[in-house]
Amino acid sequence: MKDLILILPQIFLFLWAIAALAWDFVKITSGRRGMAYFSLLGLILSGIMTIFIPGGEGFSKTYLSDDYGRLFNLVFLASAFLTILAATDFAELRFKHKGEFYGLVLMATTGMMFLSGANELLTLYVSLELATIPLYVMAAYMKRDLKSTEAGLKYLIIGGASSGILLFGMSLLYGLTGTTYLSQARGWVIGADMSTGLILAIVMLIAGFGFKLAAAPFHMWAPDVYEGAPTPVTAYLSVASKAAGLVAFVRIFFGPLAIVKEDWVTILEIIAVLAMIVGNLVALLQTNIKRMLAYSSIAQIGYVFVALTAVNGYSIVGMMIFLMAYLFANIGAFMVAIGFSNMTGSDSIDDYAGLIRRNPMVAIMMTIFMLSLVGIPPTAGFLGKYWLFAAAVKEQLYWLVIIAVLMSVVSLFYYANIVRKMFFHRQDDESKIYYGPALGLGIFISGIAVILICLAPSIFYDWASKAARVFFPQF
Amino acid sequence: MESMVFPYPILTYMTFIPLIGVIAILLLKRESVGAIRWTAAAFSFAPFVLSIYLVWYYFSAVGTGMLFNIHNEAQGFIFDYPEPLSWFPQVKIHYIMGADGLSVPMLFLTGLLSFISIIASFGIKDRVKEYFAWFLLLEVGMMGTFSALDFFLFYIFWEIMLVPMYFLIGIWGGPRREYAAIKFFLYTLFGSVFMLVAILALYFTVGSLDMLELIRQNSNYAHIFQLWVFAAFFIAFAIKVPVWPFHTWLPDAHVEAPTAVSVILAGILLKMGTYGMLRVCFPMFPQAAIAYAIPIALLGLIGIIYGALVSMAQTDLKKLVAYSSVSHMGYCLLGMAAVTTMGISGCLFQMFSHGVITGALFLLVGMIYDRAHTREIEAFGGLASKLPVYSGLFYLFAMASLGLPALSGFVSEFLVFVGAYNSALVSRWITLLAVLGVVLTAAYILRMIQKVFLGQLNTRWDTLTDINGREIFTLAPLGILTILIGVYPEALNVFLRGTVNNLVKMIIP
Repeated sequence: MKDLILILPQIFLFLWAIAALAWDFVKITSGRRGMAYFSLLGLILSGIMTIFIPGGEGFSKTYLSDDYGRLFNLVFLASAFLTILAATDFAELRFKHKGEFYGLVLMATTGMMFLSGANELLTLYVSLELATIPLYVMAAYMKRDLKSTEAGLKYLIIGGASSGILLFGMSLLYGLTGTTYLSQARGWVIGADMSTGLILAIVMLIAGFGFKLAAAPFHMWAPDVYEGAPTPVTAYLSVASKAAGLVAFVRIFFGPLAIVKEDWVTILEIIAVLAMIVGNLVALLQTNIKRMLAYSSIAQIGYVFVALTAVNGYSIVGMMIFLMAYLFANIGAFMVAIGFSNMTGSDSIDDYAGLIRRNPMVAIMMTIFMLSLVGIPPTAGFLGKYWLFAAAVKEQLYWLVIIAVLMSVVSLFYYANIVRKMFFHRQDDESKIYYGPALGLGIFISGIAVILICLAPSIFYDWASKAARVFFPQF
Repeated sequence: MESMVFPYPILTYMTFIPLIGVIAILLLKRESVGAIRWTAAAFSFAPFVLSIYLVWYYFSAVGTGMLFNIHNEAQGFIFDYPEPLSWFPQVKIHYIMGADGLSVPMLFLTGLLSFISIIASFGIKDRVKEYFAWFLLLEVGMMGTFSALDFFLFYIFWEIMLVPMYFLIGIWGGPRREYAAIKFFLYTLFGSVFMLVAILALYFTVGSLDMLELIRQNSNYAHIFQLWVFAAFFIAFAIKVPVWPFHTWLPDAHVEAPTAVSVILAGILLKMGTYGMLRVCFPMFPQAAIAYAIPIALLGLIGIIYGALVSMAQTDLKKLVAYSSVSHMGYCLLGMAAVTTMGISGCLFQMFSHGVITGALFLLVGMIYDRAHTREIEAFGGLASKLPVYSGLFYLFAMASLGLPALSGFVSEFLVFVGAYNSALVSRWITLLAVLGVVLTAAYILRMIQKVFLGQLNTRWDTLTDINGREIFTLAPLGILTILIGVYPEALNVFLRGTVNNLVKMIIP
């Protein structure tokens, strides 16, 4: 019974997802917006449970609910919440089958919430699949749309292959240590230090997670999938699925593998540099806002890897605060893009010209999101990057930090490009662009959060440092 | 062991009153242009009045001798709050606002120039609401930068300024405004990210972000650490000054920016660079300051000569004034590299007087551009006969810029030269070569005056009108300050003396 209470938020959300799916068959009401609000309620309730149910270990130590996992769960729930807010109008306009969508979002979120607590390799793998399989469906959701179908298929093939690579890495780890329990593997790993098998396992795991996280050089699939998928799905993919990759990655690498960090930090450094350079430089060339945000999200993962190579408490703090900032700023930017394409049908950055006249509030919010993604105070993105770079500076990885800050300067160019279009340019059509109540609420929440995280940093730092203490008790 | 505190948190008020103004303007209707203008004027007038009070209060504090009392823990500083306010306690980030001899004149200048610029912007017709909102937000950043004594806070204010500046140049600027705006933004951000890395490195070495605490511990830093961190901060500040070779954003930004923004850019933003060097680099890393004395002086010398030579070649009036800033800020670098009382005082005098003089010159150039719609030096001629008041005022500020005795420019240049010549750190050859700059300055200023104001009046300009009351109102305080400091330098020096002495003692014990 105690075990079941531990995963009550997940069980609850799963049942709610089933109910959301069932709703579509029963058709209690005529409108589908009701379903969206129903799903939002489920996310809020699950979030409340996540906060108030005390942590612990359960299911013969395969599942672990700690501050780290629970903070990630809140990130997943918040991104699902914003995604559903973003999707309501979009679904009415574009989706043929509106019903299952919300159920799928809840299902994927459930999988991620299991993943955050997985303390054993098999549980981890099954949770990961539970999280990603609904995502394949969501990416191909507009099945009459060629690009969406292409996105779904690409994502399925790459996702399947990367899961295979990941599984191979896990099986090697099991072969070396004789256990699938992360807590027990630690002792065995020391004995296997620098052995070919361990190196191979590490490489496979990094490659597998690299695909999931879309970190260069494993990023090729991301821009096409992000462009083709329905925009709310892209928003969800770019935040929640990346966070899901990170939660498991850190669980394994900062857990049992932390002791052999010399074996893998160099690989992470290379990935960090590649991701930052490729993501930022290619983003400079994009003219489609979805592709631009896709490449920029590759770069953003690079910044996280800068901190992860440091392997200290600040890495976790930085990653958590950065993820919170990224969550609101990135989904916020996607929400602006969704509302814009709902009205104009365009995703082209050039069409954002003169947005300040067409909807000043949204243009200002978009500016805040862009500044946060660059990392300019007083926005959350600044604080996120501050702690990410702090982690690396603490370990005196100055060269890596210098590359990271220079790439941040490069990123200013393409983020500011949107601001430039919105504020400096004009166009002939200056009709108002209306954002519906759901999108308006979502953008408003995100904007407030982005500013608040920077101006009242103590609360968020407290949460993040609790998460850090899971791996570094003396932090 | 205690430090002095203002009777009420005046620096906080000066910083955040404009922010209230931003909100007030955002609440006004876009069409009610008059209300927006006067709201902006009111919310920049209040900090200006407070800055006068600040000057008076600091002056009386200097008089009592309390400021530099040996029992005073923070020599020369007056704080907003007796204890640092807790803001981000887990990582020792506090809300600390304080002013000393370095910042009091700068805060006053910020209050004055912001108010004047807002009055001078009453002619803006396009997107008035946005303009004044950004302008007041800019003032928040400027006031905050000069008052913040915690690195985290300082960095936030430092960066907040970039965004309004980007919009002000990019929306209301000249034909190449977008290029100038993004260039300014990229250059400055490029500098500040190095500052961020340096701040983090300091944090992990000392475990504090309190600037005064970091200065107090300045003997604990390893020599090589000092050299690196000094260099990182110096790049950030040098781009703002701008020091050659980081100066290329300046002419673009100045030429494209609307008049009032040029005034702020030249009057305040450039000074943030030198302010940062004197606030952070020199006192915090004294060994590095001594080690880098020659390179800094050389950069100053290159700036002086190069800026003056390029000014000579300009055909655009505004560009000429812009490049003359590169030249004039070179004196600041030379003065501070000397690390003598006179040198650093000269640097601070130059910061203040250049802010006043160049601010006025940009206003004057803007006035003629509003009337003639051109800034080409060759297009003018003989304006003195048509616009006597305008010409008289222009002569005053041009002569001050040239360094005519009895005007403020002379005092600062004199102090810099004497200070640098007597310095043990800077080779005398550098100072002697720098004196050439005075000759070059005279050459380009006199050539400009001759071509614009003397000679035959071009009949094209028969219809030009002389300057009006509002314009004289904006120039008058600047003219008074120029003459006051030129005739009675002690009026400014009384604020600087204690702090400068302290600074020099800190670097060369």
